[in-house]
Amino acid sequence: MVQSLDRLKESPSQTAGPYVHIGLTPNFCGIGGVYKNDLGSIMVNDQTRGERIELRIRVLDGTGTPLKDALVEIWQADAGGLYNSPGELRGTADPNFLGWGRQPTDMETGLCVFQTIKPGRVPFRDGRLMAPHITLWIVARGINIGLHTRLYFSDEEKANAEDPILARIEHRVRVPTLVAERQGDVFVFDVHLQGEKETVFFDS
Amino acid sequence: MTDRNPDTGAFFTRDRTWHPPAYTPDYKTSVLRSPQRALLALDGTLSEITGPVFGHAILGELDNDLIHNFARSGEAAIGERLIVHGRVLDENGRGVPGALIEVWQANAGGRYRHKKEGYLAALDPNFGGCGRCITDENGNYRFRTVKPGPYPWPNGPNDWRPAHIHFSVFGHGFAQRLITQMYFEGDPLIWRCPIVRTIPDQRAVERLIAPLDMANTIPMDARAYKFDIVLRGRRSTLFENRLDGN
Repeated sequence: MVQSLDRLKESPSQTAGPYVHIGLTPNFCGIGGVYKNDLGSIMVNDQTRGERIELRIRVLDGTGTPLKDALVEIWQADAGGLYNSPGELRGTADPNFLGWGRQPTDMETGLCVFQTIKPGRVPFRDGRLMAPHITLWIVARGINIGLHTRLYFSDEEKANAEDPILARIEHRVRVPTLVAERQGDVFVFDVHLQGEKETVFFDS
Repeated sequence: MTDRNPDTGAFFTRDRTWHPPAYTPDYKTSVLRSPQRALLALDGTLSEITGPVFGHAILGELDNDLIHNFARSGEAAIGERLIVHGRVLDENGRGVPGALIEVWQANAGGRYRHKKEGYLAALDPNFGGCGRCITDENGNYRFRTVKPGPYPWPNGPNDWRPAHIHFSVFGHGFAQRLITQMYFEGDPLIWRCPIVRTIPDQRAVERLIAPLDMANTIPMDARAYKFDIVLRGRRSTLFENRLDGN
């Protein structure tokens, strides 16, 4: 016999289901008067530092059909590359930017839109800089455990080329699944859950 | 070197044989919504170790009282009055303070207040179905609600969800983000449910079944159920390379 490691097991995940909006974006689904705003619906104010951008995200199933009942959360650094989190030891992030947002996909079009800023670069564990990126967490009916991916930017070719995470993707043809296309101030990003263009998802 | 803030270690690897896999064909919607390629392992960078923390300032007075937070003044939701409480812990057994918990559920008849919901059971004009709270310094939380009813759903020809409350939890790092469901002790629908059965290990399912907690039941007011939630634990940061700039 040896000493026990004495650890607990994580609570198992379950799908968020089709009515996730009731809990996480109640105003969006017509339950007014309980919370003033849907949490995470507004990410920037007049004082937030950085370049304003819009993200237009769709989540598509194995037939290419956009999900109309998904919920996307994003987490990102501020314009200076600092996270607004107690775990951020490198400095103090922009107090006018929480760095977290939450949006449902539209019930008719499947489009999910975030108004945010372009993040600065954040170091990898060994100190090399990662390319600017936004962490995505996707839940929906039919998704048993939240899916984690990253959104990189098409106008950051040089930074993307030296990003230590993108460099780990063995099948290079899959790298573009993580790169959002710039169209003016808008970045367009399609997440393919399954199939030929399947997005790279992380176990992190 | 002094001990660093324990909130900066990377998280323990997720045991994905304990969680439900993505592809679980008896839960039909998962068939076209499950990635088929392997996940890419990514040992916690700052982007996953960090996460948003919400202060009590976001909370309204009735946010954790689903019996009253949507009800007309002086009225209350119909149904079995319950207190649901418990503790948010990490895998090391430590309480997680400041964790945001958001819940949603159907009303006592199994009807959700949602545009896309077409079940025949009536809406309760005094029940919205959402609530939230933040754990105290020891990781404890509590809210009041009515017991949700089971409801039928178009999966198999005659599938019914057990009574359940959806839970969404934030710890201190984005990699701890978790959505799950709480079930009620003794419900015969639990073991028949294709969503419950996406979880391969019976012991893992049992972790989602809240026992009746008579000790905390308030006589002549509300019964209590206790539901503890465990989030991923963090590694100690001993012997890890320090990031540039620290």
